[in-house]
Amino acid sequence: MIDTINTTLRRIPAWTIYIVGAAWAAWLFYLGLTGGLGPEPINALEREYGALGLKLLIAGLAVTPLRRYAGLNLLKFRRALGVTTFFYILAHFMVWALLDVGTFARVWEEVVKRPYVTVGMASFAMMIPLAITSNNMSLRKLGGAAWRKLHKLTYLIAILGGVHYLWLVKGFQIEPIIYMAVILALLAGRLKWNRLKVAFA
Amino acid sequence: MAYRWTNDLTHADVTPKAAFLNRRQILAGTAGLGAIGLVGTSANAAGEELTPNTLEEITSYNNYYEFGTGKSDPANNAHQLETADWKITIDGMVDNPGEYALADLMDGLDIEERIYRFRCVEAWSMVVPWNGVELADILNKAGVQSDAKYVAFETVVQPGNMIGVRRGVLDFPYVEGLRLDEAMNPLTLMATGIYGEPIANQNGAPIRLVVPWKYGFKSIKSIVRITLTDEEPDTSWNKTNAREYGFYSNVNPEVSHPRWSQASERVIGGGLFAARQDTLMFNGYEEEVASMYDGMDLSENF
Repeated sequence: MIDTINTTLRRIPAWTIYIVGAAWAAWLFYLGLTGGLGPEPINALEREYGALGLKLLIAGLAVTPLRRYAGLNLLKFRRALGVTTFFYILAHFMVWALLDVGTFARVWEEVVKRPYVTVGMASFAMMIPLAITSNNMSLRKLGGAAWRKLHKLTYLIAILGGVHYLWLVKGFQIEPIIYMAVILALLAGRLKWNRLKVAFA
Repeated sequence: MAYRWTNDLTHADVTPKAAFLNRRQILAGTAGLGAIGLVGTSANAAGEELTPNTLEEITSYNNYYEFGTGKSDPANNAHQLETADWKITIDGMVDNPGEYALADLMDGLDIEERIYRFRCVEAWSMVVPWNGVELADILNKAGVQSDAKYVAFETVVQPGNMIGVRRGVLDFPYVEGLRLDEAMNPLTLMATGIYGEPIANQNGAPIRLVVPWKYGFKSIKSIVRITLTDEEPDTSWNKTNAREYGFYSNVNPEVSHPRWSQASERVIGGGLFAARQDTLMFNGYEEEVASMYDGMDLSENF
């Protein structure tokens, strides 16, 4: 069963992720322009891009556990998932900065004064070096070990992204809690429990 | 009619009915290039031309957490609200306490139109043409006793019909409160209609409070109880997070919400490229209400 899925997945090129990702982002923007996102499209678009970015980030984090525990091999899609995540968060940031907040002074003020924005901004800033080095040339230049170390930043990025979402809602809302729980579970699955046990013994 | 307050927004600020029923089509037609700037002009000060909000906008972008936390959740779920044979209990420090049928409560009171700015604590705003009566007229019917200092309000709870209640988004029933002078202010309205139509369920049918100089969450929906008291009543958002939501919650561009600025607002209906507009002190009703807060530190009493 899992072999059949893996064989089928091998035939799908990784670039389909970019195509689908870009098309979906453009479609959402079109909906925003034409009233399809309701009477307040800016906030709606901001949230759509942000939530999709978080989902893609989670998908990227799920690749390793899925391979280890379910035998599902999505490794060849991981770079595309990561880069598409970056583009969604970039779009999320652009909608917020250009369409919502509007001026550079106000953007800066928000980043400095509002902790949930600071956290989101930090997470986004950390994605930039990862996006820039998401190519074979950078991998060769940095060397595998250094490249992998750098890309472990993803874990911190994911936690900050989850915190950013948790922090911005009003009242008791279940969605951000679910996102955070999934992120933490995926990260916990990576801990080397045996080594931890030794450390605490 | 009481005529103690005169609209500074006029019918020119509200889309005529024929047009608001059609505006979605007009919008759709001009969308490609037009939704950007043609449809929305926004203004900053009282009396200037404002972007009129259509009935569709007013009824499709709501916060009514009993029906879910998404902006379109109330429009999708509030049809389940049961409003037949609505009764309101008026109790506490009143001469005529009791359970009133809505019709009896409204009997003899003239419904007038009030075109008010509506500013949400989330920093978005609309202009809404309400139909209703002054809260003062209802309170006078009940006979407010001289030692009463506050008015407490409560929203209906119908767990079977309200998904947000079942999920425990807030500690329901939703409760709100006003100081008695705020409640008796001529601006304070009990609304039963919008655009001359019965108020939609998602807007707080069949009767809701409208306090235009305060953040929208003070304007409690679907009211089933009004209590006159001499103690400051609990209010739902204050109970949830006292640091972020004070009892007064007057619109004030100089006092930030701890998580976001209140200096400007996004006007609903402006489309994807509309700029924010500056938020006005007391939401533009400074002249009518500021004197009630003389000598109070508004950043302390937020």
